[in-house]
Amino acid sequence: MSEYILELNNITKIFPGVRALNQVHFQLRPGEIHALMGENGAGKSTFIKVITGVHQPDQGEIILDGKPVVFSTPLDAQAAGIAAIYQHVTSYPDLSVSENIFIGHELLHRFGRLNWDAMHAKAGDFLRRLGANFTPQTLMGSLSVAQQQIVEIAKAFSQNARIIIMDEPTAALTRRESEELYRITRQLRDNGVSVIFISHRFEDMYQLAERVTVFRDSSYIGTWPVKEISSHDMIVAMVGREITQLFPSKSDRPPGAELLRVEKLGKPGYFSDISFQLHAGEVLGVTGLVGAGRSELCQALFGIMPYEQGSVSVNGQPVTITSPADAIRAGLAYLPEDRQRQGLLLSWSISRNITLPALRRYSRRGFTREAQENSHSHTLSQRLLVRAPSIHTPVSSLSGGNQQKVVMAKLLTTNARILILDEPTKGVDIGAKSAMYEIIAALAADGFGIVLITSEMPEVLGMCDRILVMRNGRLTAEMPVGEASQEKILAAAMLSTTA
Amino acid sequence: MPGPHEIAADRPFAWKAFFFQWEWILLLVFLAIQVMNFHLSPYYLDLAHLREEAADLAWWPWLTSLIPAVLANWADVTISFLDKSFIVFPMAFIIIMAEIDISVGSTVALSAVLMGLSYKAGLSMPLAMVVALAVGSVCGFINGLILVKYRELAPMIVTLATMIIYRGIALILLEDQAVGKFPAWFQNICWGYLGPVPIMLLAFCVTALVFGIILHRTTFGRQVYAIGSNPVASLFSGVPVARIRVTAYTLAGLMSGVTAIFLTSRMGSTRPNVATGYELDVIAMVVLGGVSTAGGRGRIIGTVISVFTIGFLRYGLGLRNISAEYLLIIIGLLLIFAVMLPNLRPLYTSWYSARHPRRQ
Repeated sequence: MSEYILELNNITKIFPGVRALNQVHFQLRPGEIHALMGENGAGKSTFIKVITGVHQPDQGEIILDGKPVVFSTPLDAQAAGIAAIYQHVTSYPDLSVSENIFIGHELLHRFGRLNWDAMHAKAGDFLRRLGANFTPQTLMGSLSVAQQQIVEIAKAFSQNARIIIMDEPTAALTRRESEELYRITRQLRDNGVSVIFISHRFEDMYQLAERVTVFRDSSYIGTWPVKEISSHDMIVAMVGREITQLFPSKSDRPPGAELLRVEKLGKPGYFSDISFQLHAGEVLGVTGLVGAGRSELCQALFGIMPYEQGSVSVNGQPVTITSPADAIRAGLAYLPEDRQRQGLLLSWSISRNITLPALRRYSRRGFTREAQENSHSHTLSQRLLVRAPSIHTPVSSLSGGNQQKVVMAKLLTTNARILILDEPTKGVDIGAKSAMYEIIAALAADGFGIVLITSEMPEVLGMCDRILVMRNGRLTAEMPVGEASQEKILAAAMLSTTA
Repeated sequence: MPGPHEIAADRPFAWKAFFFQWEWILLLVFLAIQVMNFHLSPYYLDLAHLREEAADLAWWPWLTSLIPAVLANWADVTISFLDKSFIVFPMAFIIIMAEIDISVGSTVALSAVLMGLSYKAGLSMPLAMVVALAVGSVCGFINGLILVKYRELAPMIVTLATMIIYRGIALILLEDQAVGKFPAWFQNICWGYLGPVPIMLLAFCVTALVFGIILHRTTFGRQVYAIGSNPVASLFSGVPVARIRVTAYTLAGLMSGVTAIFLTSRMGSTRPNVATGYELDVIAMVVLGGVSTAGGRGRIIGTVISVFTIGFLRYGLGLRNISAEYLLIIIGLLLIFAVMLPNLRPLYTSWYSARHPRRQ
């Protein structure tokens, strides 16, 4: 028996035009938590799909328990005891926890009748062992993301998984929920399960893993014991260059003319009595807990769910905004929170995506002019350093960070001077984050007014000139960044103010 | 700082992508049907007669006299099936938006009935034709309006309801009667020729060209594809989604009005139960033409070839007195093949790459 339970050697996977994995290695010991790190687009997801049999490698070998294996389908990998828990939980929200756990391998009475008692009992047993506080009869859809992940782990248990792959499980979790997940993951390890843990968060790696493997640009960079690598060395390994400073230095120019004035804006049930101004060259942070009404406010400004009270003026002129087309005409552009669903047409090329919001400008009398479109998209893609083989590449094949740059290019195409960015760095890796910050800072220096909605405290303090804090649909604090601190912002976001 | 890196702006022409298109397969099917028709019936395109007539000529004059004659006969045949094909184009728009309109057959009937009644009531025939177009447009506009006002309703259900309603109105207006006795020139709209070309074929070509330009060369067409690819992101990108949807449904109504005129002209009179099942014929033509019901994909050229493919298939089988049931089965099989093809390709590529692992 070899030292490793799972070994992948020289794995190469080629998609048309892209080498998604280039001769990568990976070795997993029994009963180990092994972190897999790398920027978005580094090849982690493809790698996971090779392990779980979704993709077949073009080259290289997979060795399980010392024997070479071939997984032609995900079922093969499942039968070999490999289970994956994905970032976006893929469950059936209208079915119960038990049904979700046993879907595809239900426990049966004779003649194929479903054995509910056995399934509920067994599911209950799994959940107890994982320390869950809900019953197997609960509807999946009523659980939080963290609880759904526990169900996914229980499902892996029920399939007798020996190797569990967790793909960014903490991305959508609060700190306390993450702690709970750490506890469960350690418990899995103590039961002899090997865990491959993929994450962007260094904290996850340091808290949990014994060893870490880093991929960069589809290639294998190295494997280290976690205790022996500093976070600085990790960043260098992942990014391939030193990031001396995550946030670009702020210009100390005073803000310019007023671009946007919002007065007593309200939509019953979502937010009320919101007033603020935005100036040219200013980054205005809007923060608060999830559910504080930040996204709703911005979607109202952009005409997606129109506001019902108050007024908006742009450049001193009152405007009425009842649709996104109105908003774009008025000079507002919006980077939505969910870039895949709301921001991009995934099957379309980079170029077509970029020009969609301002087709009128790249057309004459209603006829499209592709040459103009392409030359504009090409210039803008180069300016924003979009990494892709060609502007005709479909955006679905880009990494998250590059997709976000394409959305950014769309906003710039509208010629809007007011940019509303809703969590622009959500789910992108550190290199892409730093690139996005550079873009935002450069735009502010160019005289754009930027509304930055974010939950990340370092981003609020590092990027913004002025900070608005929302709680329960109301503004609870406004402060220049010089006077702000993490404590002050949290207090305004969470505590009731003296009325 | 990251170094400068290049992103290509030009798109090299790819032979493989050019030939790996549904339209080529469809063209082959179309040619196969022509060959089959020649074999099925000596009467097809009146070929036997023509051969006999030109038998004693040398090959060159033989060819020069035969080809125009065959083409003329071929053009005549199109009169038998082109009437409903006008609706195919707006239907392609609607299906590219991942929606559907099944009320078009009823819209044709209502337009035809109201055209007949308004002529009978004393309106001049040209004005009665305008009535048909207006009635069709209003029917389509109502569909669109309901759909954008109540966005939770599925197009299938809404147009099913209006399909029943429009047909119902036509039945109430005319019961089991027919209206006819149109002026003599009216039948020339369907049966007439402009030079050697049937007017209807000419109208069809112009319509195809106009809709093709709208879909492939204008911002409106681009936005139709955008809505079909991702309606949410389209809305967030400032695409006037509601306006474009209403326009597409209105166009479907307008072209139903056009069909009503050609159909009535061909039959000489009209009844409330005309154009039954047209919606299914039209949808079949669109889907066979390579328009994806999942939205976002499809071209006008495909639907044009598909109109002629189904039309000649029907005509050829009709010559042999092969019953309509066989035709339905054949069209059904073609449709299954058409909708399966996008799924066959990835299957094939994965099968191929499994057999032939790529070497360095």
